[in-house]
Amino acid sequence: MLAAEAGAAASAGWFLENAWLFPAVPFVSFLLILFFGKKMPKQGAEIGITALAIVFAGALIAGAQWISHVNAAESAHGTEETHSTDETHGTEEEGHSTEPGTTEDGTHSEEGTSTEESHDEGALAVSGGGRSVVLGPSLALPMAEEGGEAHASVPPVISEWKSDWWTVGGIDFQVGTFVDGQAVMMLFVVGLISLLVHIYSTDYVHGDIRYTHFFAFLSLFTASMLLLVLANNLVMFITAWELVGVCSFALIGHWWEEQNNSNAALKAFLTNRVGDMGLLIGMITLFFTAGQGRTFNIYEINVAAASGTVSDTALTVAALCLLAAVMSKSGQFFLHTWLPDAMAGPTPVSALIHAATMVVAGVYMIARMYPVFFEGMSIAGGSINAVALIGAITTMVGGSLAFVQRDIKKVLAYSTVSQLGYMVMALGVGAWTAAMFHLMTHAFFKACLFLGSGSVSHACNHSFDMKTDMGGLRKYMPKTHATFLVGTLALAGFPLMSGFWSKDEILAGTGGFGLSEGANGRYSLMLVMGLITGGMTAAYMTRCYWLTFMGEWRGANSPNAHHGAHAAAHDDHDAHAPAGHDAHDAHDAHDAHGGLPHESGPRITTPLLILAVLAFVAMFANIPGQFGFVPEGWRLRFEHYIEPKGEYFPAISHAEFSPVIAILSLIAAAVASGLAVAYYRKVEAQDPMGTELVDGPTSKAGLPKVAYNVLANKFYLDWLYTDVIVGFVKGPLARAANWFNQNVLDGIVNGTATVSKRIAGFTYTVLDQQVVDGVVRGSGIGASETGGLLRRMQNGRVQGYAALMFAAAAVLAGVFVLAI
Amino acid sequence: MKDFLNDWGLTTMVFLPLVGAVVMMLIPKAEEELHKFIALLTTLVVGVVGVFLTANFDWDRSKDLQFVVDKGWIDVIHSRYTVGVDGIAMPLILLTLLVVPLIIIYSWNHFPEPHNPKAFLILMLVLDTGMIGSFVAQDLILFFVFFEVVLLPMYFMIGVWGGEQRQYASIKFFLYTLFGSAFMIVAFLALFFVTGAETFNMVDLARLVRENDVARNTQILIFGGMFMGFGIKVPMFPFHTWLPDAHTQAPTQGSVILAAVLLKLGTYGFVRIALPMLPEGAMWWAPIIGGLACIGIIYGALGCLAQTDMKRLIAFSSVAHMGYVMLGIATLTDFGINAAIFGMVAHGLITGMLFFIAGSVKERFHTLEIARLGGLLKQAPYMGWMLGFTSMASLGLPGLAGFWGEFPAILSAYNPAEGLNVGLFRFYMFIAALGTVLAAAYLLWLFQRTAFGTPKEEFAHEHVHDAHLTEWIAWLPMLVLIVVLGFLPVLIFGMTSDAVQVVAQALGR
Repeated sequence: MLAAEAGAAASAGWFLENAWLFPAVPFVSFLLILFFGKKMPKQGAEIGITALAIVFAGALIAGAQWISHVNAAESAHGTEETHSTDETHGTEEEGHSTEPGTTEDGTHSEEGTSTEESHDEGALAVSGGGRSVVLGPSLALPMAEEGGEAHASVPPVISEWKSDWWTVGGIDFQVGTFVDGQAVMMLFVVGLISLLVHIYSTDYVHGDIRYTHFFAFLSLFTASMLLLVLANNLVMFITAWELVGVCSFALIGHWWEEQNNSNAALKAFLTNRVGDMGLLIGMITLFFTAGQGRTFNIYEINVAAASGTVSDTALTVAALCLLAAVMSKSGQFFLHTWLPDAMAGPTPVSALIHAATMVVAGVYMIARMYPVFFEGMSIAGGSINAVALIGAITTMVGGSLAFVQRDIKKVLAYSTVSQLGYMVMALGVGAWTAAMFHLMTHAFFKACLFLGSGSVSHACNHSFDMKTDMGGLRKYMPKTHATFLVGTLALAGFPLMSGFWSKDEILAGTGGFGLSEGANGRYSLMLVMGLITGGMTAAYMTRCYWLTFMGEWRGANSPNAHHGAHAAAHDDHDAHAPAGHDAHDAHDAHDAHGGLPHESGPRITTPLLILAVLAFVAMFANIPGQFGFVPEGWRLRFEHYIEPKGEYFPAISHAEFSPVIAILSLIAAAVASGLAVAYYRKVEAQDPMGTELVDGPTSKAGLPKVAYNVLANKFYLDWLYTDVIVGFVKGPLARAANWFNQNVLDGIVNGTATVSKRIAGFTYTVLDQQVVDGVVRGSGIGASETGGLLRRMQNGRVQGYAALMFAAAAVLAGVFVLAI
Repeated sequence: MKDFLNDWGLTTMVFLPLVGAVVMMLIPKAEEELHKFIALLTTLVVGVVGVFLTANFDWDRSKDLQFVVDKGWIDVIHSRYTVGVDGIAMPLILLTLLVVPLIIIYSWNHFPEPHNPKAFLILMLVLDTGMIGSFVAQDLILFFVFFEVVLLPMYFMIGVWGGEQRQYASIKFFLYTLFGSAFMIVAFLALFFVTGAETFNMVDLARLVRENDVARNTQILIFGGMFMGFGIKVPMFPFHTWLPDAHTQAPTQGSVILAAVLLKLGTYGFVRIALPMLPEGAMWWAPIIGGLACIGIIYGALGCLAQTDMKRLIAFSSVAHMGYVMLGIATLTDFGINAAIFGMVAHGLITGMLFFIAGSVKERFHTLEIARLGGLLKQAPYMGWMLGFTSMASLGLPGLAGFWGEFPAILSAYNPAEGLNVGLFRFYMFIAALGTVLAAAYLLWLFQRTAFGTPKEEFAHEHVHDAHLTEWIAWLPMLVLIVVLGFLPVLIFGMTSDAVQVVAQALGR
């Protein structure tokens, strides 16, 4: 059934062509868990884990196949260009490029979508793009890039089902998958983290009343996320986009007995719906304006946008609308407010959905539709654009709010907001690869941190409060401590960790003050904001780390150490709370409740170790091109294999590594975290056994206090949304509409009835009985019989209405007679 | 077989329920089981006929009327018995054929007070005839007759088996609709006389309007008459006030049938009759209809947010959802009209399902007051999840049926038919998109208040039975269809697409 099979003589790789299996496997797992999960020995967890193991293995193979696909495309392109580049990145062969023929394979496919044969052909041309046999020549077509480097065009592997998905007005729409480096990278990230989270969860939510449900939704989420990654048209994309939202809703509200949790779930879903309006309108705009026909096909839209055939206005409108969707899904200022609340869900969910995968969907979308944004926002121009600005503001907002949280997960949540801001900002300044690289490294270290916080909370009576229940944990849980430290260092930008390198690429990508060569413009403001945030990140993570792991354990003095009090005190989080007596008992079996904290079991610590290793190793994925001491084949591998090369991608240029920026960001981080350490050492010296650490410097009076209040109230956005806007709509506005309905509209209806009844009464008693009666008695018999029947059935209104009806009919008939 | 279907297929489908009703009249009231059995059997046989018709339907010619029968009927007024079915009517007929037996199964053990299955089921069968007849009629007078036949059984269903204010609600429903019908019949007659037609055949009338170049103003006036008739039935803002009362007071079965099928008679009338016959009138009315549709979307949603009664909330949501259908129609494009038909089917399944659940909640808790409910997921988890699922479908989640009614309708407003004000319709598009946010708000809020949390004190210790067998049988097909149509929208679009193009071409100038 797959069109992909069409020209598969020399295939690009089975896993790339049959990528639909990636979402299909976890979806089947979802159904199996749903229907049979409770009957399984492990209550369905084993199904999910098996499915994810398959997905992850498949992702690895797909990755290998993609690499060989890229290599094949390049060797077809000519060995001399791709392998003899001894010179450093970005300086070589200009000469090679400007072949007009580059548009050959994609534009053909757009030509007609209406007839049978042409959609077949379309499928062939596009899907054939993946096969060297069909498009052998096109593989050799070089791509010009602004930076002067020539690449072989690497066609994505696109497969479409031949049969229609839906059809309207002669346009047929198919489902299909769109695989390129970006998608393969996400397959790997989603598959890996989902697998680890599944394993982690078997311990973490062990004994939960809705254990099976939990795994069912994890599977459904993974399926939806993979579908989102692979979608080749925007309708599939929005489907997956909303499905991940539903899974997020269901998992945030996992413990829906508590109203806090269901409120958070609703808030997440509704905030996302606001953004989805943008996605809806944006995709509709693109449908009508991009490409030659009407199309939702992402590849075709990208080609059209990149080729400059779409009007700038349309692209700008579309990009702005899509940006709204990004803002809600990826927690960008000012639609980010749902994300911290989403921490009401179980911690594995926070790690998987609200840190590593779903929340990057918006970032992924910008990257996926990059020509639309690049052209629509004139990113190459170097002036400030909405994407870069939103990203930069978000990164600072998130960073500042992370300071005032006492809940460890909320610190991480705001940190996620902040890091997502980095990614969006990177895309806004044209640093595509940096954004994707940061997406990947962030997924590793943030998932590590979240899962670490879950492990910590397991040790601390399921509390997430750093101030009352934590401290000194390094002694009790060495593995969690070590991995958390690695994650912290990576996030804070410690130079030997992946986070430093991906963040540095973003900062270099801004090209601020001309400090880095080859950027798309001079986004100096973005550089400044990024550097400041880098400092803030280091400081709040030091605070978080310190409060959790350093000093002495404060939980012993806490009233929460007592089992009974605890469920009530920590309603919203992991208490497995309300109905959770079973859960608690189950935990009691291996938790020494009320005793000292302890290390978590292997199913929790192993994923932590793996993620920590990755948080370190990932730095080698994209070693800067200038590092001559590293072999050529090791440098910029990420850029080489992940960044699209072809006409569906704009001609971006690549910033070089800038020692100045690297040193600046290092200084910012070092100074900030040094200050934080100094502060907490001082506090500790004053009150070594304090049950509750005092707040940071901002708790003092004066301006800091004002700032603290603003931050503690989250810039008053929640107040604005929940109390002002939602409150107004739900309250006065809705009530006013209802009042209008009941009293005005219905009043007219009822009033008309009453009036007609009176008129009818008058007609009957006066006109009929006294005047007409004798005259038309004969002809009136039928009517009065009917009337009598109706009257007996109901009260007198019938007559009134009937009279009105016939009066109306008479009037209208008169109008017709006169007018026609 | 084929011959029988061609000559008698549609007629059998229309009148078999009536035969069943007559048989039931002859059987004593006490034989309740027999009555249920006959009613179910009748509707199932009708369903089988429908399946045969579907199987023999020529999908490559789905734009043409098929199984056409054209016989003399009331010669004095030039009305003929003309029936036929094409791609537009097909999905709605199938919806009717599905929903009615499910309602009978649902009723099996819980007939509303004052019980009396015999009368109730006879009314149901008469209703069935009226609904199917409306969808197959190709003669305006015949259509009108079936359209009105539907009223009476519904009137009794609400008036006899309804809630506390059934008298008021039923009379309001009856007369309001009749009020619209009066305009409609006048419009039909006017069309007949203006074109100088010899029959009321819909296809002929449409052709004659084109050939005789009926003046624009005349078209506008006649369209206005139809607008009143169909618009009240839909119902469109501001003529919707009968709906919340009728829904709230009707027994569950009545609400389901009202939502699933009856409302569609109005929208179907627009697509089948008003648009193709009066293209220029449609052009003039389209911005007004679109505007009222958008008001309906927002207004209905706000109304929902203000409701304290679950059933009334669902009723108001119908106003909003039918707004999308009408917006699609108002764009006069193939995307919009296809979306409208999909929306009709989807709304029928989804809102019908919501009313089913509301009815079952009422049966268990004897109240639908939202403030008193809560924790349904705890006491009846299956029902709770079904409510959640259906709410998600209702708010237009992609992947479920509701999306395919909303999304192409919103899309079509970006680019309405040539001659319509593009800026205005893009504004409508924005409003409609805003409506999706509000829809999510009222539905999920309803779900949160009724299903999440823990049961209120008064019901905390009550044993609540989760879905019964009859409920499962009645609900599963609808739930499955909501998913299947969501995943494979081509099932409906494939039926309607060609036929809609005929309508859209008729509109093209």
